[in-house]
Amino acid sequence: MAQIELSAIRKSFDGTDVLKGIDFRVEDGEFISLVGPSGCGKSTLLRIIAGLEPQNSGQVHIDGRHVDGIRPSARNLAMVFQSYALYPHLSTFDNIAVPLRMRRLSAVERLPLLGALLPSRRAKERHIRADVAGIAEQLDITPLLRRKPGQLSGGQRQRVAVGRAMVREPLAFLFDEPLSNLDAKLRVHMRAELAELHRRLKATFVYVTHDQAEAMTMSSRIAVMMGGELIQAGTPAEIYNDPGDIRVAEFIGSPKINILPGRIRKDGGVDVLGTALKLSCSAAAGDCRVGVRPERIDLGAGPFSGTVVHLENLGAEAFVHLAIEGAGLRLIARLADVRHLPAMASSVAFGFAPDAVRVFDPAGKRIELRVEQAERIREPAHV
Amino acid sequence: MSDGSITIGAAIVPAGATRRAVPAHGSRRAYSAYALVTPAAALMLIMLLGPLAGVIALSFTDYQLGAPHFSWIGLANYRDLFADKVFWTALRNTLAYVVIVVPGAVIAGLAIALLIQSGTSLRSLYRTIYFLPVMATLIAMAVVWEFMLHPQFGLVNGMLRGAGLPAFAWLQDRSTALYALCAIGIWQAVGFNMVLFLAGLVSIPKQLYEAAEIDGASSGWARFRLVTWPMLGPVTTFVVVISGIRSFQVFDTVHVLAKGGPSKSTEVLIHTMYTEGFEFFRSGYAAAITVVFLVFVLALTLIKSRLADRGVHYT
Repeated sequence: MAQIELSAIRKSFDGTDVLKGIDFRVEDGEFISLVGPSGCGKSTLLRIIAGLEPQNSGQVHIDGRHVDGIRPSARNLAMVFQSYALYPHLSTFDNIAVPLRMRRLSAVERLPLLGALLPSRRAKERHIRADVAGIAEQLDITPLLRRKPGQLSGGQRQRVAVGRAMVREPLAFLFDEPLSNLDAKLRVHMRAELAELHRRLKATFVYVTHDQAEAMTMSSRIAVMMGGELIQAGTPAEIYNDPGDIRVAEFIGSPKINILPGRIRKDGGVDVLGTALKLSCSAAAGDCRVGVRPERIDLGAGPFSGTVVHLENLGAEAFVHLAIEGAGLRLIARLADVRHLPAMASSVAFGFAPDAVRVFDPAGKRIELRVEQAERIREPAHV
Repeated sequence: MSDGSITIGAAIVPAGATRRAVPAHGSRRAYSAYALVTPAAALMLIMLLGPLAGVIALSFTDYQLGAPHFSWIGLANYRDLFADKVFWTALRNTLAYVVIVVPGAVIAGLAIALLIQSGTSLRSLYRTIYFLPVMATLIAMAVVWEFMLHPQFGLVNGMLRGAGLPAFAWLQDRSTALYALCAIGIWQAVGFNMVLFLAGLVSIPKQLYEAAEIDGASSGWARFRLVTWPMLGPVTTFVVVISGIRSFQVFDTVHVLAKGGPSKSTEVLIHTMYTEGFEFFRSGYAAAITVVFLVFVLALTLIKSRLADRGVHYT
């Protein structure tokens, strides 16, 4: 159990900056997800923490100890790889036992024939067997212990890889997109399993993924990375409701947040598609972009209208794709009640509550808003 | 299997059209299957199995090259062979050659492959250099070796004298001739083995090394034992068997450099076969030696396929 502190981490490959100064702190026992599109540097950052890749500058502290220049094997971290990286020639039991054998047995005791004769090795092997059996019990893989990785399914391999990570009680667990090789159904199942594992172990988890749904559902905190920079970190709810950057708003949430062109007037009011919102801000007048989540768009009434161009009925919910006449724009609204779907090609009026609106300046930074008086008085009535 | 079940099913049904139709359909399929197999089977018979059967048949005759008649003499060739001291010397020398060259060429090939793989620059240059002996004609290279090993003005003895060590008449001395040929054999096989090992090394997933490193395998030796060596298992089996078969076939260096001498100290199976068959024209006798040789090669191949079944190959 440990905290991990990164300060001013920079990394470049062949002159291309992959990480541009990352400062970040993972608290003890936290489940943190590093999320971002592919190529954003999240895996590189994880590999720097593990020690598999040296950074060009900056420092890594694990549990208060400065670990730069310390070999991965000496950092006492465990890692689960995307490909699981199980040793194909070893049985499940031996795969899980490898970290214990490497640490507990001396080089002589590990020798194939001679080592087995040493009495000290026999005693240690007994402990190792007990430890592996305990882990297998916890992960429900006891019946698989004698099989080779080639005879296991994707989900079972995943569990063996987790077992190999757990067995030596490391300071922290690093996960490098461990679910991306699984099919969709199993992925959802493993999400729950990993989150539960974290609750049980109370260990520090650093989890790299490009799947925002994994990050949202499992982690206690999400760190969103884009283009080699860490843009925002916070709880899943904070990241979803309070994105500080339009890239974060667009990356998190499925379907994507709707972005509409807007304008900030000289008096601080905000116009969208020619309609004034009951909002004001203190930013300078000019163009802006207005984001509204699909589930915050109310269909049926409102100052705007669009034509239904596509319907996605998922059974429990439906997504209505609207084309806005004259603006060359499409947006998606989520409909909770699938029994009353609008007809295709029909014109639908829509609107959204002022507190559903997130406004971003042309550079993508979030602009703070004030909901105008009339709205704010109504707020307490809701509570 | 499906044919069987269909016939059983048809037998229960009262005799009728279906009963006749099914086997007819099945046999037509069988005919076309045989027709499709025929070209390959014929080629295999003519090119591989036929000559093999011919050699085995020949080994039971007293046929001499160019002779108008021959007669079946049963196992007489083999009886002569096993009573011949030269044959046993040749067999002993061949086995000694194999026992020295195979481990030497495999270990050296692996070591060079590991060195090249771990280096960062000039990889293709080193690869080419070590592969040169494989590409070069061994006869031509044998001439170079003859100069190098020359007792008076050879490079090897020159270096030994320079270091203050005693010189040898390598190829002319009974006690060193076979070992000198072994050294040339290793030199020649290393490049080939190295290329195979390099291909094997490249195909080992990098993440396995990273996992090993994180699991605590901090020394290079520990990583070699945990990842490299087991992952190279299939390649190693193949390399050992191929090196073994090629060492059994050793002939050209022996013939060019030593002609089996001095006093049969470098006599090997194929060379004996060559002398009997093409110098003394005792084709039947040479065929018997070939059969003995084939038995050894076959044994090696069987060992290889047995190992392959036993899970040296991973999925």
